[in-house]
Amino acid sequence: MVEILSSGMYTTIQDNGRFGFSKYGVPQSGAMDKRSFLLANALLGNDENCAVIEWMIMPPILKFYEESVIVLTGSICDPYMNDQPVKFNQPLGVKKGDVLRLKNVSKGVFGYVGIKNGFCTNIVLNSRSQYKSITASEKLVKTDMISYSSYCGFSTSLSSVKIENDWLDQEGLEVYPGPEYDLLSDAEKLSLLMGNFTISNESSRMAISLNEEVGNNLTSMISVPVLPGTVQLTPSGRLIILMRDCQTTGGYPRIFQLSEEAINVIAQKRVKENVKFRLSCF
Amino acid sequence: MKNSDVKFDYKQYSENSILIQTDAKVDENLLNLLIFYKKSIEEFYGKVIVEVILSYNSLLILYVSTIENIYDSFFELKSLVSKEVLKKSVKKRLWNIPVCYDVNVCPEIVPFADQKSMSVDEIISLHTTPLYTIHFIGFLPGFLYLSGLDKKLITPRKSNPSRFVEKGSVAIGGNQTGIYPSNSPGGWHVIGRTLLSFFDVNSDPCCFATPGDRIKFISVTVGEYNDIGLSIANENYQLVPEYF
Repeated sequence: MVEILSSGMYTTIQDNGRFGFSKYGVPQSGAMDKRSFLLANALLGNDENCAVIEWMIMPPILKFYEESVIVLTGSICDPYMNDQPVKFNQPLGVKKGDVLRLKNVSKGVFGYVGIKNGFCTNIVLNSRSQYKSITASEKLVKTDMISYSSYCGFSTSLSSVKIENDWLDQEGLEVYPGPEYDLLSDAEKLSLLMGNFTISNESSRMAISLNEEVGNNLTSMISVPVLPGTVQLTPSGRLIILMRDCQTTGGYPRIFQLSEEAINVIAQKRVKENVKFRLSCF
Repeated sequence: MKNSDVKFDYKQYSENSILIQTDAKVDENLLNLLIFYKKSIEEFYGKVIVEVILSYNSLLILYVSTIENIYDSFFELKSLVSKEVLKKSVKKRLWNIPVCYDVNVCPEIVPFADQKSMSVDEIISLHTTPLYTIHFIGFLPGFLYLSGLDKKLITPRKSNPSRFVEKGSVAIGGNQTGIYPSNSPGGWHVIGRTLLSFFDVNSDPCCFATPGDRIKFISVTVGEYNDIGLSIANENYQLVPEYF
């Protein structure tokens, strides 16, 4: 078991997501930054869909009750095990009673705590990802106990992996033209591709909205399918980037689709940070 | 409807998805054609695809992995459009949904009737007459997109959406009507309440209704509404469709 001593701001269990249930209107969910999620499982030698703890902006405090191996990826911070500094992006042995604290969060939004063989919460519709009205609870709270299987085979190895975190500074987002992109005028396309955009404070696991208004001359439309990474142009001329917990259908023009990698990049952008769209072809 | 009447446009949507879309319209023949097309795609691809998402005028095909050769995929998909939707189609299902429009259960119907300059009874009559068609499920888990709302009931959405719309609220927004399957913020005008559950992760399937089915709203009294609540609580309420 791991006990949540403090829950942080919005801490959830996430895996790769819930696929095949859009026909019931069920969102995909899954880790916001799949790159850091996959890295956590890769560093542990896990199956790539093992469930991790995802935290947002303010990290949780965790107490471990069985021996295992964990790894911390994503949002950059200074980790401490029982008040001793430990390494980020490195497998770490944990013993009974160990308390993990993450301090000085310096970059990014979403951090991950991976564990050998994953956290074992209930699987609902093929996934452990927490989502309101699907899983029993929508996020982790103080005193929650989450089970994992103990693992005793960890030995501190002399080898280590060098992980580059430069991608967190990347401002360019690779986008493909969305189905309604061609309805925009040349001037509108130009302002979207030349403009600097900033992340607004109305951002969540469902969607990230941008502060700048670009105008919108498109007529309203009937509901159409959308995916995480779809960029919608709202009637007020603001851009909304749909994220992992987004609805399955939407009624706004879909002007861009972010590449898988760009979804991870924007997931880690903080309020007021800059992004630019870089148009790409398949 | 012959397939040759419908021109589909094929576009890559993301690294691992393709959008098939035709002109924006809400049409039952198009719905049948899309349901048929969706089945052929699912049967042909099997586990190569995650799923096919249906909406009024499009199919979004989600592949398990990155699409290698888009032109091969387009070619395969185009070959799967059937010449004509089979006439001996499966029987349609009709679900009768008990809704209480009584002011004691749903006071919101009064301001709505006032806004429409109609009596509450007129609203109920106009809302319970049509057979609505389910086009797809989206927005919230278990939210049915229905067509068939009487033109006289078309009402623009609220300019200030409500922060809280209760689960089971039957509402009107623009030219659509629907049932909120869970508590949610929402901008539609609530006119009635139902106690039926439209989404349950513990039942298989999660939602009893599927695209192509029909819905009819049946007006019930407060007494009948409470009785339904009791039988649902005692787990002896059975919703059985009519076939036609």
